[in-house]
Amino acid sequence: MMKKTTSVIRLLAAVASLAMLGAVTSSLHAQSTPAPAASPAASATPAPTPMPFANATMSNQIAFLEAAHSNSDPTSTGIAYESDPGHNAWMMVSSAFVLMMTLPGLAFFYGGLVRSKNVLSMIAMCFGITCLVSLLWWAVGYSLVFGASFGTSGLGYFLGGTENFFFQGVNSIPNTNYAFWVSQNVYSIFQLTFAIITPALIFGSTAERMKFSAVMLFVFLWMFIVYFPLAHMVWGSNGLMNGVWNANAKIPAIDFAGGTVVHMSSGWTALILCLILGKRVGHLKEPMPPHSLVICFLGTALLWVGWYGFNAGSAVAADVIAANAFTTTTLATAFGALTWPVVEWIFKGKPTVLGFCSGAVAGLVVITPACGFVNSTGAVIIGVIAGTIPYIFATVVKGIFKYDDALDTWGVHGIGGTCGAIATGILADPNVNGNLLDSAAPAHANGLAHAIATHSLVLAQLKAVGITIALAVVGTTIIAYIVKFTIGLRPSTDAEQQGLDITDHGEEGYNL
Amino acid sequence: MKKIEAIIKPFKLEEVKDSLSELGIEGMTVTEVKGFGRQKGHTEIYRGSEYTVDFLPKIKLEVVLADSAVEGAVAAIVKTAKTGKIGDGKVFVLPVENAIRIRTDETGDKAV
Repeated sequence: MMKKTTSVIRLLAAVASLAMLGAVTSSLHAQSTPAPAASPAASATPAPTPMPFANATMSNQIAFLEAAHSNSDPTSTGIAYESDPGHNAWMMVSSAFVLMMTLPGLAFFYGGLVRSKNVLSMIAMCFGITCLVSLLWWAVGYSLVFGASFGTSGLGYFLGGTENFFFQGVNSIPNTNYAFWVSQNVYSIFQLTFAIITPALIFGSTAERMKFSAVMLFVFLWMFIVYFPLAHMVWGSNGLMNGVWNANAKIPAIDFAGGTVVHMSSGWTALILCLILGKRVGHLKEPMPPHSLVICFLGTALLWVGWYGFNAGSAVAADVIAANAFTTTTLATAFGALTWPVVEWIFKGKPTVLGFCSGAVAGLVVITPACGFVNSTGAVIIGVIAGTIPYIFATVVKGIFKYDDALDTWGVHGIGGTCGAIATGILADPNVNGNLLDSAAPAHANGLAHAIATHSLVLAQLKAVGITIALAVVGTTIIAYIVKFTIGLRPSTDAEQQGLDITDHGEEGYNL
Repeated sequence: MKKIEAIIKPFKLEEVKDSLSELGIEGMTVTEVKGFGRQKGHTEIYRGSEYTVDFLPKIKLEVVLADSAVEGAVAAIVKTAKTGKIGDGKVFVLPVENAIRIRTDETGDKAV
């Protein structure tokens, strides 16, 4: 008891000192940078000092409003950047939707699939990760992913910068590296919700046998070693693999909403972690059926609805690209949720509710990197892929190799994300996304437009896939052994058999 | 006095209860139980993992009666619980030494 109290006090002290550090850096920032640094996008077109809207000529005012309407660059009007209420409203709704995917979507989806003695461990995992990642994101995460102070080469390919530590400068004015019309604070919270759900996905594979403390320490390290660098490489303005927005990108790959960053990273991490962790006690010897497919269904439905924020919101505007992503997301999910149970019906005799749920989630996963780049036909093809290839991995492959990917995080997210990244390279249609071929777009400078014109985009996608898998596998191996040899990964066999709800949290999910 | 223990299919409970009520039997106790006899369980499949579920849900009905009422009650249970298919259940009849109604201290046949 004494020992536990001490460690809680230590944790509180660590948080307090982090906050004080934030206060100190913020005052340093205030002293060292009196003038706001010009953003790279703005400096590309040297403009006179931006003026307030009211002082501009009427033609410039109209051009400014037209730029907001079409989600384009208003720099030439000379009017100071401001957020647009329509785009901002959609992004705030999208952010709340993506948070809903974790709390309670994923908590219900995973919680329903475990035995009743472990349902709270899934809820606690999702809730704990939400809060821990929010802290990290505020302190350093947002800046390391979406900052720019590390420059446009070298380290800048892999991490963003330090200028936004502790949300310095993250206010309601747009960060034009990422969006001309969305407040930077809204953008940062939108991206936070992605950083939350990604690590939470991992622990489906390790369900029912990993200590809560080990989960938290693993996530703390994993965010620094895997997520922040990968998210910057793919989405950061100077990122190594940001084909759409970085004119200097070495690998002109595309990933609209997180096929590599979210699903491949969590899915491949899930595979390695479940192998290092080992199988559940009684795996393949005693029955471990889901304790409530009703709760699992609830979670699935919340994930589907929330995913509109995830995919259509990734346009970072309520524009034509968002409208396309909204449509492709629906089609791919419906076709995935149709295909999986039909395959089941043919080979196992019955279409199951878990089959519908699995197919829907697989459809959502596979369309994620593609949703803003493919047309409706591409979405249908992707839906059918989602209902078959992850099905094979979750049922046949798992049965052959007998690894304990308890809730099929690798089978659905790792394999599904990989299928999506590759399919995006084959099915991308420049007619639905002007950023792929637009003559002014960075895509011309980094080779993306050329790759699309010559149908060789899939090569860049394969490079991105390789880097993502390598980072996830190597990073996870290192972190898993650090956790294993410090605080340990697993509970005692007795605790595991009693259930993590009681042994880790001192509660039961159901007192009926 | 005898105790009748009947294991029956859950959806037959209402019919059995009504038939016993018609005979003037005023009380009974039921429990949701699981078990199996010659009727085998069923298979459940979750993403390809197959589990055989041996224990099937049944209802256990218990009623204690004076010796003279037992034969009629057993016949009523067997008649109404029968579907003719495997898994209809079983009826056991056991001797009971005594019964006491707690409220009035009555004993024996008067208490059941």
